[in-house]
Amino acid sequence: MSKTFKIGGIHPHDNKISVNAAIEDFPVMERAFISMSQHLGAPAEPVVVKGDKVKTGQLIAKSSGFISANVHSSVSGTVHSIEMMPDLAGNLAQHIVINVEGDEWMEGIDRSPEIMREIILSSQEIIDRIAQCGVVGLGGAAFPTHIKLSPPPGKKAEFLLVNGAECEPYLTSDYRIMVENSEEILIGVKLMMSALGVKKSYLGIEENKPKAIKRMKEIASKGYPEIKIVSLKKRYPQGGEKQLIDAIVGRQVPSMGLPIDVGVVVQNVGTALAVYEAVQKNKPLFEGVVTVTGKCMPEQRNFRMRVGTTFESMIFAVGGFPKGAEKLVSGGPMMGKAVSRIEAASVKSTSALLLLTEEETKRGEESNCIRCAKCVDACPMGLEPYLLNRLSRANRLEDLEENMVHDCIECGSCLYVCPADIPLLDTIRLSKGKVLKIIRSRPKK
Amino acid sequence: MTATIIFTIASLTILGLVLALILYFTAQKFKVVEDPRIDEVETILPGANCGGCGYTGCRAFAEGCVNSESMDGLFCPVGGNDVMKKVAEYLGRTVAEKVPQVAVVRCNGNCDSRPKSNNYDGYTSCAVMASLYAGDTDCRYGCLGQGDCELSCEFDAIKMNPRTGLPEVDEEKCTACGACVKACPKMIIELRNKGPKGKRIFVSCINKDKGGVARKACAVACIGCTKCQKVCAYDAITITSNLAYIDYNKCKLCRKCVVECPTNAIWEVNFPVRVPKKVVAEVEKQ
Repeated sequence: MSKTFKIGGIHPHDNKISVNAAIEDFPVMERAFISMSQHLGAPAEPVVVKGDKVKTGQLIAKSSGFISANVHSSVSGTVHSIEMMPDLAGNLAQHIVINVEGDEWMEGIDRSPEIMREIILSSQEIIDRIAQCGVVGLGGAAFPTHIKLSPPPGKKAEFLLVNGAECEPYLTSDYRIMVENSEEILIGVKLMMSALGVKKSYLGIEENKPKAIKRMKEIASKGYPEIKIVSLKKRYPQGGEKQLIDAIVGRQVPSMGLPIDVGVVVQNVGTALAVYEAVQKNKPLFEGVVTVTGKCMPEQRNFRMRVGTTFESMIFAVGGFPKGAEKLVSGGPMMGKAVSRIEAASVKSTSALLLLTEEETKRGEESNCIRCAKCVDACPMGLEPYLLNRLSRANRLEDLEENMVHDCIECGSCLYVCPADIPLLDTIRLSKGKVLKIIRSRPKK
Repeated sequence: MTATIIFTIASLTILGLVLALILYFTAQKFKVVEDPRIDEVETILPGANCGGCGYTGCRAFAEGCVNSESMDGLFCPVGGNDVMKKVAEYLGRTVAEKVPQVAVVRCNGNCDSRPKSNNYDGYTSCAVMASLYAGDTDCRYGCLGQGDCELSCEFDAIKMNPRTGLPEVDEEKCTACGACVKACPKMIIELRNKGPKGKRIFVSCINKDKGGVARKACAVACIGCTKCQKVCAYDAITITSNLAYIDYNKCKLCRKCVVECPTNAIWEVNFPVRVPKKVVAEVEKQ
């Protein structure tokens, strides 16, 4: 019997047209643009200067604060410059530009395909290694993993949940690694479990990936009895932290709370693989699997791609702009971000480049709300989007706070179901930002 | 029959009197003493309730005026000096005259000089657009053109021009209340002195990028070349992070910088049309 979360949710067509494309190595580009703001929190500080020779996997920028992460070179070559460049949204971020010369890796990185099963490090050593290797959450938010694995004093983790739901339509990068790197993921989960000191772990996979469930179950039954593979119903946004916790262990994260408040830590399968590579293979996080897909594309691909590859080169690698492509999205169609500048480069948490056609992206003409309450049914956080939209437009921040606008996870389910094409998410997200700012500015009790 | 009528009238009269007495004493007990001058000041004020003075509305501003010691820092931008003078007169105080101001849009990148690099298809709101990304042109600072300023204006004084995609201020209607200044997420609009006969000079750009980057994104961007600063005899122009700014208190309206600017980012408003010297000479010859 498959599990799922209790309230809300939608069933968009999953469009996983790239499922059967095996992961292939993306050719190393001529020039890499490595952003210093690839993670949540303070940007990393460069430790190299113009003209330095760097090797693949070398530390080029150090974490600069409590919430921050190290950044490593994804290529070998010479540092061309360190400059401010626009990211995919056009906002400036510091980038290290490296001219690629060959592909020489740092000594100490184990590149053999052999699977290292034995865990020799202690929990603190594992966390330190993860921090050194700059591992961040690959589920989307890019929160530094080592912080998530060290719960604040007084709080204890009981379970580790691993998110293999991949509920976003189109994306198949997590699916491919679950099929191709199944055992590595399970070792990564085991490493995180020992870092957290938890005894039980669940890995949730949606039903529309039967091959991944079967393969994971097979391997888990052979040597990883502490990791339970859970089959989940297909439903968006199952991969949301709070939804996944509700679906698998049936606990509700309190408003403004974190999963650790209910004794749970959630990590993505991609992160598990990155942890495995960092701890067992000594390989920093500088490449990841990126799905390049879209209905207008002649072929669908899954690439293992170095960080700092421009979106432009990804498009060229698959044969240039296909006819009918109207919009580029980094990530999935529901929560991904539109790419407004193709010269921008990928970051650690880039999971897909999606090319959408006009038919798929064009918004309808907005009309009046007919109080059908479809948005209320769809909201996985139990909010009333139609009401929040009205309050947001009137800028009634106190009422918005009373109606828990800050609980919105920005999944876009309300906007997806709205028959009147009201831009619910746009207005709610704007006021959520304002309300959160007010809440955070209040003195703590 | 008559007895019933008399009884009804009498009982209702007594009831009315008793209730009136209760009401009278309650009203006396809970009386709120309010300065009658507040009402008077409120009638002098324009009643636009725009909030341009910094108070929540005209009533609150009237209260502020009556309760404060002097008129310093109190100004109604809608009514201007006339109204403030009347208020001060009524309250028996003096008020310093304020130089009239006007909202100025500091972006002149229209569709030709600042071509679009992508299309925005979301909710028509500058605030929403600015929260999503840097904008639909290569200039990160420029006008987003969704018209939040137009919506914020209570006086119909700022309008989007569909041809240029930029807002335009109607000087006659603008009261310098500052609503559009607050509404613009890119902070493009500034309140500047209106100047003698409305003559004023300003840098119509807020792009802080390096010259090359700014120029590439927009043909009329300030590139921070410092030419205007060098030509200014009154020290009115400062350049910070590749952007020139003209101090309207120091500017003597000599217009040298306007001619000097290589990208035409400096604007002159309400000046007579310049006649090129060549033309003048030719006219004189004839």
